[in-house]
Amino acid sequence: MTDSTKSERHPADAEPGAAAAPSGPQDPKTPAEPRSDSKVVRIGDRVFHSVATGSGVFVIALIAAIGLFLLIRAIPSLQANEVSFLFSREWQAGDPDNLRFGIIDLAWITVASSLVALVLAMPTAFGISLFLTQYAPRSLARPFAYVVDLLAAVPSVIYGLWGFLVLTPVISPVAVWLNTNLGWIPLFADGNIPVGTGSNVFVAGIVLAVMILPIITGVTREVFERTPTVQIEGALALGATKWEVVRTTVWPFGRNGFIGGSMLGLGRALGETVALTVILSATQEAPSYSIFDAGATFASKIALGSAEFNNNMTVGAYISAGLVLFVTTFAVNALARWIEGRSGKGKE
Amino acid sequence: MRTDTADVERPATAPTFQHIGIGRRLKNHTATGLFTVSFLVAVVPLLWVLYTLLSRGLVPMLSADWWSHSFYGLLPNDFGGGIYHALVGTIEQSFVAAVISVPLGVTVGVFLIEYGKDSRLASTATFMVDILSGLPSIVAGLFVYALWITTFGFPKSGFAVALSLVLLMLPLVVRTTETMLRIVPDDLREASYALGVPKWKTILKVVLPTSLSGILTGVMLGLARIMGETAPLLILVGYARSINFNLFSGPMASLPLTIYTERKTPTEAGDARMWGAALTLVLVIMLINLLATLISRLFAVKTK
Amino acid sequence: MAKRLDIQDLNLHYGKFHAVQDVSLQVHARGVTAFIGPSGCGKSTVLRALNRMHEVIAGARVEGKVLLDGEDVYASNVDPVQVRRTIGMVFQRANPFPTMSIRDNVVAGLKLAGEKNKKHLDEVAERSLRSANLWEEVKDRLNKPGGSLSGGQQQRLCIARAVAVQPDVLLMDEPCSALDPISTLAIEDLIAELKKDYTIVIVTHNMQQAARVSDQTAFFNLRAVGEPGQLVEIEETGKIFSNPNQKATEDYISGRFG
Ligand SMILES: Nc1ncnc2c1ncn2[C@@H]1O[C@H](COP(=O)(O)OP(=O)(O)OP(=O)(O)O)[C@@H](O)[C@H]1O
Ligand SMILES: [Mg+2]
Repeated sequence: MTDSTKSERHPADAEPGAAAAPSGPQDPKTPAEPRSDSKVVRIGDRVFHSVATGSGVFVIALIAAIGLFLLIRAIPSLQANEVSFLFSREWQAGDPDNLRFGIIDLAWITVASSLVALVLAMPTAFGISLFLTQYAPRSLARPFAYVVDLLAAVPSVIYGLWGFLVLTPVISPVAVWLNTNLGWIPLFADGNIPVGTGSNVFVAGIVLAVMILPIITGVTREVFERTPTVQIEGALALGATKWEVVRTTVWPFGRNGFIGGSMLGLGRALGETVALTVILSATQEAPSYSIFDAGATFASKIALGSAEFNNNMTVGAYISAGLVLFVTTFAVNALARWIEGRSGKGKE
Repeated sequence: MRTDTADVERPATAPTFQHIGIGRRLKNHTATGLFTVSFLVAVVPLLWVLYTLLSRGLVPMLSADWWSHSFYGLLPNDFGGGIYHALVGTIEQSFVAAVISVPLGVTVGVFLIEYGKDSRLASTATFMVDILSGLPSIVAGLFVYALWITTFGFPKSGFAVALSLVLLMLPLVVRTTETMLRIVPDDLREASYALGVPKWKTILKVVLPTSLSGILTGVMLGLARIMGETAPLLILVGYARSINFNLFSGPMASLPLTIYTERKTPTEAGDARMWGAALTLVLVIMLINLLATLISRLFAVKTK
Repeated sequence: MAKRLDIQDLNLHYGKFHAVQDVSLQVHARGVTAFIGPSGCGKSTVLRALNRMHEVIAGARVEGKVLLDGEDVYASNVDPVQVRRTIGMVFQRANPFPTMSIRDNVVAGLKLAGEKNKKHLDEVAERSLRSANLWEEVKDRLNKPGGSLSGGQQQRLCIARAVAVQPDVLLMDEPCSALDPISTLAIEDLIAELKKDYTIVIVTHNMQQAARVSDQTAFFNLRAVGEPGQLVEIEETGKIFSNPNQKATEDYISGRFG
């Protein structure tokens, strides 16, 4: 409808107090307009609706822009790359005229440290979530959960310092023991730095585990809490022990939530930067397949490389690595949300 | 669940309550024990980190200059100096990030709950917010670098940092807003509509005020979270040991960057500066968390 | 100012579900019309269709006409906001705005429409609270939050809020169902008072209440679960309760009274 009819139709907005006037807000009814399928929408509503919708579109565009800008900046460097981006073990990005960079070693260290973290954090988070939702006294469950959440409030740079300067000396004997006794397994073999120094994937994984613990716990706890009371009481009424209740009701109900939460934790671990920059020592020698290797993850490589961000080609090499990290975390997070969304809808 | 005893072994008169097999009981107790221990396992690193911070960072912090001076002109072995320069940077950067991300995030939240409902656009936007909340901070930094510095040609600055922090804070604000708007009962919206109040005014004057306390609390928590971010700082701004109030030019310190940089001073004085800054950062974060609790009390809907 | 409502061939849907079928009835000005019928037969749905609250629900659809003094409230050039301003509503559960004081709750409709004159607002607040029989109870604590009142007081606050914008018609959906007998009586008295100035439609499950307060009564029924609700008959209240035209009505009423 036209603006003129609009102002005519809304005396209440145009003139405050009109609504209270004894005549009421009814204006003389104009004959119905012929364009009868157009609905009346107020200007305020239209503006508000557009702004809100626009912001929704903006968020979507933002993610697209991130992917796009990284891609645009990465392409020239990828084209100038003298070695295979995916499979080379070299990383010489400082000279724009002779770019030699590949990500295979970055990928290995990234995946290895994240997996160590998951192996440690998943069972712990599972136990914590059960403890908080099913075992802890009702009155203490909240403060206890808050304590676990506090773990997430500590900045990663501080975890890095703690891991490097405080945890390493304490945990090294464990690493040495694993290496001497289980060294025949490639995973625990000698790495490219002495096992005792601790700037390796093993320590990095432990610190990452602490960092992702609150993430996994947060999601899992919430799903476990939603287990229908009727199911729990049903199991209890059959004479099930607490553990049997957990196994037959809470776990089937919350399994997807736990897995989804772990994937979210994985996403966080893959992208964690500063803690690993501090802990992992940069080595000349390429890593093998031991958790006692040192090296760099995608993220820590980029952070360390920031010193040589002085021409677009060099930056482009690091941005290429960043793009891979972005795509990976995108996929992991998407998968996590998808699995999490299915929680409680399992067959059992 | 299974009965171990055969019928013949049953006592002639059954006990009042049925017996629970030892195997079942053992399993039950083991499970209880394991779950309790896993909670304790989580508490250990927390206390350990806090203890480390206090024992190593408290002494430098107690000096009179700590809150009013910078590290300007200190030699590697000089003790003393203060964290003022880094506080300025942290506060300015995160404040600007909040000023940008809060209105934007609240609007997105309003869109998702009040307008989008089950539309295609809304579910896509929700998904993107999820992705954004899992975005590695280093990637946020790289994106701002690629956009702001390489493409637009601006210099490295505190403002570039603020922009990257916006990316990290935005999903937190959206999520809180969504949660808080969702718990506003539809009754209130309907009451407002029934009074002849248009939808946009209903949102602005009835719905948002009702959820104000929750949104503010979430904003504070988001603020605490971005204050500790370090990764984007490494690529978006240089470190300065002197005080710089200007977000738009020159190197600028902030608490995480100070910690990261002072780590490279291999002296006792450098260590003291690093741990002092670390404890300060955690204190600031705790303070803001406390403020969040206070705000949620203060702005909570009153019933008396 | 009270106006007449003509409902013609109203069909109401929630998505695919056909909730109400072919309702036609007249609501007289300056009178009370009661809607009665078993749960789920669509009384609230019809009521909400009268001031276009039905369309607030996602997927809800309306067919047919609702004429307010001859003007179709569903005409394409009519703004639903305007309709709701003219036809006010009181809900089953009292829903004062929790962030506003008692006074601000009462004048919320005016304030949100842009009225700023404090003196005028105060007058309206007092007048509305008086007409809702609440003034004496709250006049000393007008600045306390609306949520601090008792349930019955909150409901009367909501009535005051609805009359403060001076609508022509007042719709009430089980306004007393959450209240004790004394508050219920207070509100019934209030309805008797209000009908001098307003056209009132009230949904109620309480037969005595319908008999006490209304001038005409409409009985709705369901043929079966899952089928749309229908209007069985509408008659003068005295006739409905003594000598209804339809067997179904009699069964329902006597069942209740039985
Ligand atoms: N928001 C909704 N979405 C879908 N169906 C609805 C909705 N509200 C009501 N219905 C359905 O419409 C039908 C009529 O509901 P309505 O609330 O109008 O009944 P009622 O007569 O007011 O019942 P009661 O006396 O219990 O309040 C019911 O079958 C109900 O399930
Ligand atoms: Mg109803």
